[in-house]
Amino acid sequence: MTNPINSYLTRGAKSNAHAAFLKRHRTRNFVIRLVQIALFIAFILFWELGANYRLIDPLLFSQPSKIWAMFAEMLLKGNLHNHITVTVIETIVGFILGTVFGTAIAIAIWWSPFLSKVLDPYLVVLNGMPKVALGPTFIVAFGGGYGGIIAMAIAISIIITTIVVYTSFREVDSNLIKLAQTFGANQRQIFGKIVLPASFPTIISTLKVNVGLAWVGVIVGEFLVSKQGLGYLIIYGFQVFNLTLVFVSLFIIAICASLMYQGVAALESKLLKNRE
Amino acid sequence: MKNNPIISFNQVSKTYITLDGETEALKDVNFTVGEGEFVALLGPSGCGKTTILSLLAGLILPTSGSIFIRNKKVETPSREIGYMLQQDYLLSWRTIRHNIMLGLEISKQNGKESYQYALDLLDEMELSAFKDHYPNQLSGGMRQRVALVRTLATRPDILLLDEPFSALDYTTRLRLEDLVIETLKKRRKTALLVTHDIAEAIAMADRIIIMDSNPGCIKKTVNLPPSLTKTLPFGSREVPDFQKYFQLIWREMNEND
Repeated sequence: MTNPINSYLTRGAKSNAHAAFLKRHRTRNFVIRLVQIALFIAFILFWELGANYRLIDPLLFSQPSKIWAMFAEMLLKGNLHNHITVTVIETIVGFILGTVFGTAIAIAIWWSPFLSKVLDPYLVVLNGMPKVALGPTFIVAFGGGYGGIIAMAIAISIIITTIVVYTSFREVDSNLIKLAQTFGANQRQIFGKIVLPASFPTIISTLKVNVGLAWVGVIVGEFLVSKQGLGYLIIYGFQVFNLTLVFVSLFIIAICASLMYQGVAALESKLLKNRE
Repeated sequence: MKNNPIISFNQVSKTYITLDGETEALKDVNFTVGEGEFVALLGPSGCGKTTILSLLAGLILPTSGSIFIRNKKVETPSREIGYMLQQDYLLSWRTIRHNIMLGLEISKQNGKESYQYALDLLDEMELSAFKDHYPNQLSGGMRQRVALVRTLATRPDILLLDEPFSALDYTTRLRLEDLVIETLKKRRKTALLVTHDIAEAIAMADRIIIMDSNPGCIKKTVNLPPSLTKTLPFGSREVPDFQKYFQLIWREMNEND
């Protein structure tokens, strides 16, 4: 067989059966990717043509070609990068601080079981509370600039981080702790050598969740107050009824959020590559 | 042997107190262990065997009575003790090399010489080739050998073995019994083994302390003859005396039940 497609699909095969397996596996993956792309193209085409033939109201839902044209124009004129930078920075700062503060609180309540019992009902209430409702308070307290918006992003992720990380601290196998104690470990050593590294996968996985939450916090914060950023563009677009602008912003948010998520996922697999 | 006890328990009792009340785990336990002696604590589950080890390791304090290691009262974990748990409990995020250093790191024995000692022990267990592997790449027997290296690395004089072979398959277990005895005898370590396996106790120990439960107390002490103590555990199982002592201890354990 010298068929190039066939030899591409069976590359690296160890035996005939392995070749058949690889071929099936790779063909399947190829088909999945193909359908994904086809679905996307179909969606864009339907949207574009639907708007042309008035199946969809282009005033409300805009149109891919218009969105793209506006995106390209704004990008060339340099109107966009300021908004993107502001929002991305706010999101990254909010995401990092939310995770760090949440983990810090988790460490504090792990250290002191008394504190953990005392804070328990407060955590339950705060966790149940929709943090977005606190938005106006944050803006009054931290101002309408970066402060209020980052506070929003932190608020939305901090409590859930605390709860998830603290739970993982507590679920560390007590025998590992006993092991450290037999060597005479103190509380700080137990934490540093056993509890923290054992909970590392959980902390990393909260990063993934917090990326998403930080986006929610920042966009909501910008809705409420700001003069720049992607959330601001969305609100501004609505106010002047320029829905194309709204979709341009959504498009950028989707790309930035996916990139950040992928970044965290890459970090996760790098940091955890030797774990069971 | 007993003129120079390294471990002594004097009238030790331990009661655990919880919201539901009290549980008497140990009552008036007295025994001594001589330097270099290998003693097995044999008894049914719930007889307080592990409590004895935890007390000796300084992880918990007795309700009454006192425990001495070399005439020093045990109140906190001490350097003299090395504890082997029921499973290897290797840290999955550390390589073998870093796993065996855990005790040294915690007790701040950070010298190059200490690290070299640990690596030499690893070599002795024929595991040098695996020092940069992670625990999940090793078999159960290898992992338990790594755990033994980790325990010995801090150079304890007394080893507490809490059913250290119970999670292993039979063949691995027999091989490890020999390895542990050889290693300990060579270094003249004192050892206290907790087990509920009569054969394991006879094969490994110099002396067997039979325990009873509710509350945990010592029922009888059996000194094993040289024919059993001078032989490695696997060989011991072939010695005629082995069956005799097995019967004796079996009867002892099932009396008044």
